[in-house]
Amino acid sequence: MILTIAHKEFRSLFVIPSTWLILGALQFIFAWFFLARLDAFLQVQSQLAQLANAPGATLAVAAPLFGTIALILMMLIPIFTMRLIAEERRNQTLTLLMSAPVSDIHIVVGKFIGLMLFLLLIIASCMLMVLTLAAGTQLDTGLILTNALGLILLAASYVALGLYISSLTAQPVVAAIGALALFFGLWLVEISAVDSHNSWRALAPTSHFQSFNIGLLNSTDLIFFLLFCTAFLLLTIRRLHNNRIYS
Amino acid sequence: MSATAPITLSARNLIRRFGQREVIHGVSLELRHGEVLGLLGHNGAGKSTTLQMLTGALLPHSGQIEICGFDLSRQPQNAKAKIGFLPETPPLYREMSVNDFLIFAAKLHRVPRAHIMDALTETKRRCGLQDSGKKIIGTLSKGYQQRVGIAQAIIHQPEVIILDEPTVGLDPSQIRDIRELIRELGNTHSVILSTHLLGEVESICDRVEIMHHGRLIYGDISTKMQQYGSQPGFIVTLLAPPALSELQAIAEVQQVDQLSATQFRILHTVNTNPSAALLALAAQHGWQAEQLVPLQTRLEDVFMQITQDEKS
Repeated sequence: MILTIAHKEFRSLFVIPSTWLILGALQFIFAWFFLARLDAFLQVQSQLAQLANAPGATLAVAAPLFGTIALILMMLIPIFTMRLIAEERRNQTLTLLMSAPVSDIHIVVGKFIGLMLFLLLIIASCMLMVLTLAAGTQLDTGLILTNALGLILLAASYVALGLYISSLTAQPVVAAIGALALFFGLWLVEISAVDSHNSWRALAPTSHFQSFNIGLLNSTDLIFFLLFCTAFLLLTIRRLHNNRIYS
Repeated sequence: MSATAPITLSARNLIRRFGQREVIHGVSLELRHGEVLGLLGHNGAGKSTTLQMLTGALLPHSGQIEICGFDLSRQPQNAKAKIGFLPETPPLYREMSVNDFLIFAAKLHRVPRAHIMDALTETKRRCGLQDSGKKIIGTLSKGYQQRVGIAQAIIHQPEVIILDEPTVGLDPSQIRDIRELIRELGNTHSVILSTHLLGEVESICDRVEIMHHGRLIYGDISTKMQQYGSQPGFIVTLLAPPALSELQAIAEVQQVDQLSATQFRILHTVNTNPSAALLALAAQHGWQAEQLVPLQTRLEDVFMQITQDEKS
C-alpha cells in the first residue's frame, strides 16, 4: 500500500510540466556552480601543490557544491511538499485516500517516500556530475559518500517538516510559504549563532549537515535526523487522524 | 430484494458534532444485499456527513457502524475494503489519465494485481468509458468526470456502494445513463445514494429514508412515500368537456375541480383508480380525452406533511 501511494506520488510529479522545468533549471545551476568551482580550483592548483597538506579536488570542488545543493534543497522542497496534502485537501481528493482501506501511516509514509524518490534523483544527478572529476584526479570517495548521505538525510528532514505543514492547511500556497519560513528560520538560527556550541544551533538541520559536509560521520547528527523525521511524520499521521475527528 | 438477504451495512445511533453543535442526532440505518436506499433531504440536512461517516472518512462521536460483519472502528481496513464511495465532489486527480487513475484506485482497494486489467476493462465498459482510457481526467466534461468517479467507486466490486448526489450537475441524458447504471449496480451490490430530488428516488430506489435536521424522520419503500399524506388523483384534459356533475358521477371519484376550460383535477380513493372508467366514458361520449397525468407529490409536500406529523 505504501509503495502504491509512493509510486503514484512519484509519477504524478512527472506529468506536471513545471517539474521538468525545475529539474532542467537545477541541472543548469549545479553545472554552472560546479564549473565555476572547478575553474577556480584549476587556477590555484599550482599554488596549492606547494602546500604540504593541500586540499584535493573533492574537498575544493565537490564539498562546496554539496553545500550549495543543501541550500537550494531548502528553497526547493516547500514547492513539492505543499502539494502533498494541502492540495489534495483543496481538490477534495483526500477523501479517496481517507475512505480507502489504507491507514494514515500508509498515506503519510507513502507520500514521504514518493517525494524522497524524486529528490534522490536530483541528488544522484549531482553525484554523477561530481563523479566526472574521476577522469582527471583521484577522488575522495569517503567524503562524497558522507556528503550524499548528509544530503539525503537533510532532504528527508525537510520533507518531513514540509509534509507536516502541508497537513495543517487546505491552501497549498500557505503550506509552501509556511514551510519556507520555517526552513529559513532554522537556517538563520544556525548562521546567526556565533558560538558553535550554542544549544539553539542544534535545532537546525543545516548545522547537522555541516559535519557530513566535511566528511564526518557523527552518530549524534544521524540520530538528530532520524528523530527529526520520525517526529514530524508522527505529527502528520496524528494530524490526519484528527482530521477525521474534527474537520 | 428480499427481507432475508444478508445485511451488508448497519449503523446504530450515529452522533456527530462539529464543535459544540451536534449535527447528526442518533441516526440508525440498515442496508441489505441488493437493495438501493435513497437518503433524501434538503441541503444541509446532514446527508453528506452521514455518508462520510459510513465510509470512515469522518469518525462519529458515538455509535457503531458495521460493514459485512466488520466493525468500522475496530477493523477499519477490512470494513473499508467492502465500500466504494463517490463523494459530492468526485475525488479525481486531474492530471492523471483515466486508466492510470482507475488502476491506482484498484490497487488502493486491494484488487489483486492479476485481476486489475480485467477489472479495469469491465468497469470502463459499465461506465461507458471505453474510449476515454487514455484521456487526461482534467480535460473530460463534467459528465464523464462523474462517470470516472463512479468507476473509481465500483472497480473493486465492493459490497456496499455509497454515492453522494451522483447526478448533480449532469445533463438529462447523462442523468438517465447514470440512473440506469445505478439501477444495474443495485442488482448485485447494495447502494446508498443521497439526493434532494424526489424523482430520483422514485426511479431508482427500493427504499427511502428522509433526513431532516440531522435526524431520520421517515423510512419506507419509495412507492409508498409518493402517496404519503396526499390523496391519489390525476389531471385529465378533455377537449370537449361534459358538465362537472357528469364527471362527479363516475364511480370512486371523490372530487372534481376544474383547473381551466379543458383541464380537470380528479381525486379518488386510495387503492382504486377510476381512470379506465373515465376514458371509456370519454370515448363513448366523444369528450376527446387528450392527457391523463397522475398527480405528482412534490418533495416539498411530503416534507411538510411528514414534519407536521412529527410535531403533532
